[in-house]
Amino acid sequence: MKAKIIITPKKAVLDPQGKTVQTALAQMGYTGVVDVHIGKYIEIELAPGTDKAEAQKAVNDAAHKLLSNPVIEDYKLEIE
Amino acid sequence: MNFAVLQFPASNCDQDAVHAARMLGHSARLVWHKDAALGDTDVVIVPGGFSYGDYLRCGAIARFSPVMQAVKQFAENGGLVLGVCNGFQVLTEAGLLPGALIRNRDLQFHCEFVHLQTETTDSPFTNQIPAGKILRLPIAHGEGCYFADDATLAQLAAHDQILWKYCDAGGSPTEAANPNGALQNIAGICNERRNVAGLMPHPERACELMLGSDDGKWVFASIFSALKARPQPAVELA
Repeated sequence: MKAKIIITPKKAVLDPQGKTVQTALAQMGYTGVVDVHIGKYIEIELAPGTDKAEAQKAVNDAAHKLLSNPVIEDYKLEIE
Repeated sequence: MNFAVLQFPASNCDQDAVHAARMLGHSARLVWHKDAALGDTDVVIVPGGFSYGDYLRCGAIARFSPVMQAVKQFAENGGLVLGVCNGFQVLTEAGLLPGALIRNRDLQFHCEFVHLQTETTDSPFTNQIPAGKILRLPIAHGEGCYFADDATLAQLAAHDQILWKYCDAGGSPTEAANPNGALQNIAGICNERRNVAGLMPHPERACELMLGSDDGKWVFASIFSALKARPQPAVELA
């Protein structure tokens, strides 16, 4: 069982890395790129047999407290 | 005055803070992050560095160290806490200060002197800074850009919580004087209760002219003055 968490910067937060990559893509000749945001991907491997609903709750809690900073980041969580 | 300087794995300005405090005539000691108690302490310094390698986010893991429970309690009881650089990051992650510190706007690590305008002398960290005095302090950070949403920024302004702003030598908070893109050129703030503060520049690395500036001593002088002015706790006679 794996928990997959995608963490992205909030819209209001300055994302100079994203802007830099956007510039690089343009310099490489790619067109039609409106915006780029750089985030984080975290994978948590859970012991087999873990209750999925409980895992969802626990990882969501961890995502809110440690894995992301709610002041500057949003996150999406998926358990499979 | 007893300084407790926290030490996390990869803190690197802890010794500087101890040295500065002792040089200014106070007693100071290091407190390992795993210690559950602070001991006899008047001020806690959360020092600069790269605690836990800045893994995940700067200060994100250090905030869960056992000693931080004692620091939270100390702050709740009105104790003075000063976070410098990584320490500022730890305090925002711990929720003891509002907002967050993110990557410098130009993505570069800045290691240089900056000028600071003191926005208010109404705090235990700024009360001795002479009116109009521009402080010259060193910075050394890659993630020092102060961010907070509009509601928080409004609160900081309303409650006079912005302590220092980056400015030019003449005292103007210009964009050119802002080394990292911090909103409103904010370099340091305090909490609403005014007993917890954080700043990105290093006062503990500017207490001797030999190091380029001794303006950092104004911050220590302010802390000392604030503590001297406090009513002594009642002594219980056995």
